[in-house]
Amino acid sequence: MNHSTVILEADKLVKTFGDSTALDGLSFQVTKGESLGLLGVNGAGKTTAMNLLLGLTTPTSGTIRMFGKDLWKHRIEILKQVNFSSAYTSLPSNLLVWQNLTVFARLYGVAKPKQRIEELLELLDITHLRKSVTGTLSAGESTRVNLAKALLNEPRLLLLDEPTASLDPDIADRVRKLLRKLQAERGLSILYTSHNMRDIEEVCDRLIFLHGGKVLAEGTPGEVHERFHRSSLEDLFIGVARGEIDAIGLKPL
Amino acid sequence: MPFSFNTVSALVLRYIYLYTRNPVRFVELIFWPLVDLLMWGFLTVYLKKQGVGEFPTAITYLIGGMILWDVLFRSQQGVSISFLEDVWTRNLLNIFVAPVRTVEYVAATCVVGVLRVGVTLLVLVLVASLAYQFHLTDLGFGLLPFLGNLILFGWFLGMISTALIMRLGQAAESLAWAVPFFIQPLASVFYPVSVLPEWLQPIAMALPCTPVFEGMRTVLAGQPVPWGSIQHAFILNLIWGTIAGLFFAVNLRHVRKAGLLVKVATQ
Repeated sequence: MNHSTVILEADKLVKTFGDSTALDGLSFQVTKGESLGLLGVNGAGKTTAMNLLLGLTTPTSGTIRMFGKDLWKHRIEILKQVNFSSAYTSLPSNLLVWQNLTVFARLYGVAKPKQRIEELLELLDITHLRKSVTGTLSAGESTRVNLAKALLNEPRLLLLDEPTASLDPDIADRVRKLLRKLQAERGLSILYTSHNMRDIEEVCDRLIFLHGGKVLAEGTPGEVHERFHRSSLEDLFIGVARGEIDAIGLKPL
Repeated sequence: MPFSFNTVSALVLRYIYLYTRNPVRFVELIFWPLVDLLMWGFLTVYLKKQGVGEFPTAITYLIGGMILWDVLFRSQQGVSISFLEDVWTRNLLNIFVAPVRTVEYVAATCVVGVLRVGVTLLVLVLVASLAYQFHLTDLGFGLLPFLGNLILFGWFLGMISTALIMRLGQAAESLAWAVPFFIQPLASVFYPVSVLPEWLQPIAMALPCTPVFEGMRTVLAGQPVPWGSIQHAFILNLIWGTIAGLFFAVNLRHVRKAGLLVKVATQ
């Protein structure tokens, strides 16, 4: 692997909360233009990993480097090149869409905020929502506005936490296609968590299957489920969730 | 320490949008202080008519105390309510993963505190002047340092309240309103510090707002501005500012370590 193309590098990340170990030595890399999925049942460590990568939680041990720099030593410089969208956060509901985007464009130091906002509204097909009150948007519209916010600074790395949760299949499909398009056109690197196997299969080049804070499996979506003789990623997920790990011969890597 | 005024202005712009988009929020800034002013005002008018005490000086003590207390309270609210606004709108994570330094975030909430003080003060000064012939400008050259010290102390109390809410979670959000009232009985807002039990007086005088309220009474009694009291308040503010800053930083480090920031943001 060419190290100059490594965008994100997590090395032996450990996070404990009291006696409980949420992450136990997670290491991985994301390269330029790559889309990596973090998959796992509830409590597997996905959210903890995401929070560590976003600098919201500090690791017990281990290091995170983005663009070759230590996250905690160069936090602001790094965050200018990263962005985030989650189904579990929202933009202030009583502000208009353009007001929310203007504030975040300024926070990220976007050079021509108005022009950039217009470009993104057009790209995401939500120009008509410019003057809408954010809190009145449907789930699909809200997701696209959140994505517009996440793309404002033309990030080199996009962290997405279940971005298609609560979306109908049509809108979810559009979002996945859009992410693929952005990835192809702009060399965007994506770290993606989801419970939706279709998301992972369609968007991610590679996935890491977490279980109990450890890496259970790693590879392309096809490789992972075939390796464990399951018919699909979803089948593998259900097997892990139901405690059939030993039965299907899975061992942490 | 690196600091971006653009980031602070973007955060302040967000609060301005929040307030202008929802005029009901102005009710909180104007309605309650106005109710307080009218109650204290009519009470003092009644007492004045009874001919009890040293009137009319005492009436100005009560109204002046009430207005200056509100300066401290609104300044504190600017910091802690701004933080809660981000929690309530589930926007906190978006802010904390943006390139915003903690010092810039706190600075923006402090600016919001000043703006809140400005709106409330303007209304109270006008009503007090028209209804009770109380003129805040009677405090003369002492007015600005009095206000400055109260705003500073309000910021520091706001930082302490916010740090406690971050640490204890949303269940503790009532602290945003309660913290200033913990100190109010000692702050000598409506009575001189000398009426407190002797053992409480040194504790009262360790609060930066106490010399301000004492100073206000001195000026309203026709004495010159007590610059010594102002200096005393400022020195106490430096100490309180250091304590509040350290308290905030230590708590932020703890909530990041314990994963509490995410919890409070997504509860």
